[in-house]
Amino acid sequence: MILEGRCLQRPRLIVSTDSAQLLDYVLRFGDNDLILSQRLAEWCGHGPILEEDLAQTNVALDLLGQAQLWLEYAGKVEDNGRDADQLAFLRDAHEFRNILLVEQENGDYAHTIVRQFYFDAWHFLLLEALESSGNQSIREISEKSLKEVRYHLDRSAGWVVRLGGGTEESHTRMERAINALWPFTGEMFEMDAVDAEMVEQGIGCDLRALRDPWLNQVSRTLSEATLNVPADCWMQRGGKRGIHSERLGYILAEMQFLQRAYPGAQW
Amino acid sequence: MVRTPNVEREVWSWLEEIMDPEIPVLSICDLGIVRNVRWEETELVVTITPTYSGCPAMAVINDEIRATLQKRGVTKVRIETQLSPAWTTDWLSQKGRERLREYGIAPPRPKSSGPIRCPHCGSDSTHLVSQFGSTPCKAIYVCDSCREPFDYFKCH
Repeated sequence: MILEGRCLQRPRLIVSTDSAQLLDYVLRFGDNDLILSQRLAEWCGHGPILEEDLAQTNVALDLLGQAQLWLEYAGKVEDNGRDADQLAFLRDAHEFRNILLVEQENGDYAHTIVRQFYFDAWHFLLLEALESSGNQSIREISEKSLKEVRYHLDRSAGWVVRLGGGTEESHTRMERAINALWPFTGEMFEMDAVDAEMVEQGIGCDLRALRDPWLNQVSRTLSEATLNVPADCWMQRGGKRGIHSERLGYILAEMQFLQRAYPGAQW
Repeated sequence: MVRTPNVEREVWSWLEEIMDPEIPVLSICDLGIVRNVRWEETELVVTITPTYSGCPAMAVINDEIRATLQKRGVTKVRIETQLSPAWTTDWLSQKGRERLREYGIAPPRPKSSGPIRCPHCGSDSTHLVSQFGSTPCKAIYVCDSCREPFDYFKCH
């Protein structure tokens, strides 16, 4: 719940060095889930078929629940009186720590599915690795989320195969989406100072180690879909440091509208 | 209220009356989300575990627990959420599974133990339409024998 008036102050993001890094780390997971959830929710009522409308919003709901768990914990780490709602609705774009992939536009269904598939395949491996984190909260949230993400990956991989092997039109669109989103996949495996410190402390996982199993899964599925894995190319980065594309601003404008227009409003 | 093991057992029987708001034939105890009930001095602590992390029914269930216990005279109630071990459909009671089937929802069944059975006609000849249905816990199936669509409470 949003508390009286507190949202009007500019929140402090920097806490002690130790917890600042952990906070940053946890925000990354929470923000990935939150922003992708918001993107998927845009499909609500617009799905190509009823079953897919339900599926998109179900996945969005799972991700929203997971975001809430991460952000609640982030609030505890920060220890500055902000809860999950305040972190979701009262931070500005540069304070968001999600990777650039999840803020990309829905585009056509091929783009939505490919974005989801790239993310799900990585999300699954990430949570699996974090299940053995030395941090109890991270371990528990990962264990809980992993059970849901298994279904997400099943679905998005299934659609990649169906659309890739579908009609000439669906195949062409998938090809376009696979190439357009490829430059946003590098950031998932990038290790910065925060990641390194978290590995050092036995809390985080080595993201570089996820790259091979991810590429295996992607190659297997794309080959089943009669699609080619894109060639190596320059990779976009910045989301984890708060440097986003202009797209995030539009997402936040919609998502945060109510709390910005009516500070402290409660459900 | 006197704190004895008997009273805790009584609390369990009160919680047994609270139904899942989305599946009103299934009590929260049958669902397996009530993990523990204990007294801390004069406060009753109920530990529950969420089914799916985004399931909106959980908030309604928390309110119901409070209201039900208050009606029985327990004024100080604390609800704790426990994430680990993560909830699994293995915790669904036998009675709960039976009730689901009678209600028209196929109960969870591990892949190894055979096909998903149609809750309407009992046929094993069914197929999956979507892993995601009307609530996070259900998938959509269609029966190839009686042609009826049905919900399947998916394994988790």
